[in-house]
Amino acid sequence: MSNEIEAQVAELEKKIKLLQKSQPKDQISIISFSGDLDKMLAAMIIATGARAMDTEVKMFFTFWATAMLRDPKKIGKGKDFMSKMFGFMLPKGSSKLKLSKMNMCGMGTAMLKVLMKKKRVSSLEELLAIAGELGVEINVCEMSMDLMGFKREEMLDYPNLKYVGVGSYLADADESRIQLFI
Amino acid sequence: MTTEELKNIKADFVVDARGTACPGPLLAAKKAIGEIESGEIMEILSADEGTKHDIPRWCDKVGHEYLGFADLDSYTRLFLKKA
Repeated sequence: MSNEIEAQVAELEKKIKLLQKSQPKDQISIISFSGDLDKMLAAMIIATGARAMDTEVKMFFTFWATAMLRDPKKIGKGKDFMSKMFGFMLPKGSSKLKLSKMNMCGMGTAMLKVLMKKKRVSSLEELLAIAGELGVEINVCEMSMDLMGFKREEMLDYPNLKYVGVGSYLADADESRIQLFI
Repeated sequence: MTTEELKNIKADFVVDARGTACPGPLLAAKKAIGEIESGEIMEILSADEGTKHDIPRWCDKVGHEYLGFADLDSYTRLFLKKA
């Protein structure tokens, strides 16, 4: 009889361990896909706010959003014609992003930036710096970088910037309590 | 706590976050909480309306005791006790 109970207890302990392992962490996983200024602002405000709330933040930058992480002062070498064209047409860094609506040839974006200053809303550049200080983890989709022809040497000096694939995003998302696609 | 009681509180540490909008005050509070000891009172000054909702939620999550807020003409004073 006692052997049976012991076996049952062992079985239950195993199950509890499995359950604990599958519990999501106090962590948010954000896919930054859009390279629009407004959406990027939303993503960065949520990311920094989450760190203030003691939540771990894993950001996965893919597609258009990767252009925001380019450093305007750096140059990528050894690009073919198409990559050069892409690099030329896509925004070089956070200060070159445009609004998704009411851009009006840049007028709307310029007006928003004036308004943000007046209302004391942090700029994207400030938010990026704060995110770095607070330990917001930024992972960049290697495939998107390759597609757009961006080189690692032209990316921002962001603490622990990592170049990863979709598997890393999925593993992070799997253990996160909150998931966002922006 | 009543507003009158709150107004007479002597805070151990005052964070002036009136120069920032969301999420500035929350970030400022989070940064400043490391400067004080457990049981001490922190006061946050904010001109951002959302802070009144955010700080109690933050306290609730992180475990600090939210004491309340007092509205002034152009800003709000928020009080909490560090856990």
